Amino acid sequence: MPDVTQPPNEATEATGASGRRAILRRALSVGIATSAYGVSFGALAVANGLTVWQACVSSLLLFSGGSQFALAGVLGAGGSVGAAVASSTLLGIRNSVYAVQLAALLRPRGVRRFAAAQLTIDESTAVAVSQDTPAGRSLGFWVTGTTVYIGWNATTLVGALAGSQLGDPRQYGLDAAAGAAFLALLWPRLKQRQPVAVAIAGALVAFSLTPVLPVGLPVVAAAGVAVLAGVFLRDAAPGPGPSSPAPGRGSSPAPAPAGGDA
Amino acid sequence: MTNWIAVLAASAAAFALKLVGYFVPSSWLRHPVAGRVSVLLPAALLGALVVVQTFSVGGRLAFDARIVGLLVAVLALWRRAPFIVVVVLAAGATAATRAAGIG
Repeated sequence: MPDVTQPPNEATEATGASGRRAILRRALSVGIATSAYGVSFGALAVANGLTVWQACVSSLLLFSGGSQFALAGVLGAGGSVGAAVASSTLLGIRNSVYAVQLAALLRPRGVRRFAAAQLTIDESTAVAVSQDTPAGRSLGFWVTGTTVYIGWNATTLVGALAGSQLGDPRQYGLDAAAGAAFLALLWPRLKQRQPVAVAIAGALVAFSLTPVLPVGLPVVAAAGVAVLAGVFLRDAAPGPGPSSPAPGRGSSPAPAPAGGDA
Repeated sequence: MTNWIAVLAASAAAFALKLVGYFVPSSWLRHPVAGRVSVLLPAALLGALVVVQTFSVGGRLAFDARIVGLLVAVLALWRRAPFIVVVVLAAGATAATRAAGIG
């Protein structure tokens, strides 16, 4: 429908009926694939001592997979509230950068800014920035964000209820599932040398500080590696810098919010 | 109670971080250092969380069946398995190792 008001140039073609269907398909498939990990969050949260309610409220309000896993993981390991919130919050900083990009691309107004903020995550950003037209970006963002939101919350409840029936989580290897979940979240980010080096350095810092610092703080200390690397390493990784919401597509790769799946 | 405080505080912080991006001028986060740090932070934190979740118990280093789970997860990711499959395989491998009386 928005086509009517736009000049018939190449840019509008992509938002024609077939273009919209393609965007919808992409958005829904990303949304549904992502929703599936809600089950693992729900189960892990309960295995880490959160109640079913706490797991569900995390998904409703916090709504950022990595941050939620970090919060539950640090609390479950016996870390303080401060360490848990710090790990979770540091992981959420990238969402600010996505939000800056999305604000420029979508220009939401009024109350829609608050809705857009809540739906600003890896997946909705990735789908939005990979579209060629304003209408396509908007459609991609809202459909992906909404699908993930509904699916993630529904599957969190399922996972939490299932987890609460299980008994000793160790018997099912659920204590190892958290490490695997973090690795799976990390994996898509390891496409360039710099993030690989920083991930390894962060891992080594956390490992060597584990016997020394209270639970949760080794993870926070590892964040220092990223700050140092960001300040001192100049060359590589243009990264998801709030670069180029350029008109048209530009051949530069999308700022790659490394979504979970894919 | 402490769990509730943590959940609500982390939620408030997460929403504030998302919202701030819609209200600050876009030049604000355009600084190259801010861009680089924001890319590298998740890598450092997730790398740290992988080892802490796999090699520690209550603030001590520990080496047990979870290592088998992590190795299986690496293999599954290498073979491009989807997230949920990676997690389930890792848990299953760890459970099987424990059931076999190792770790």
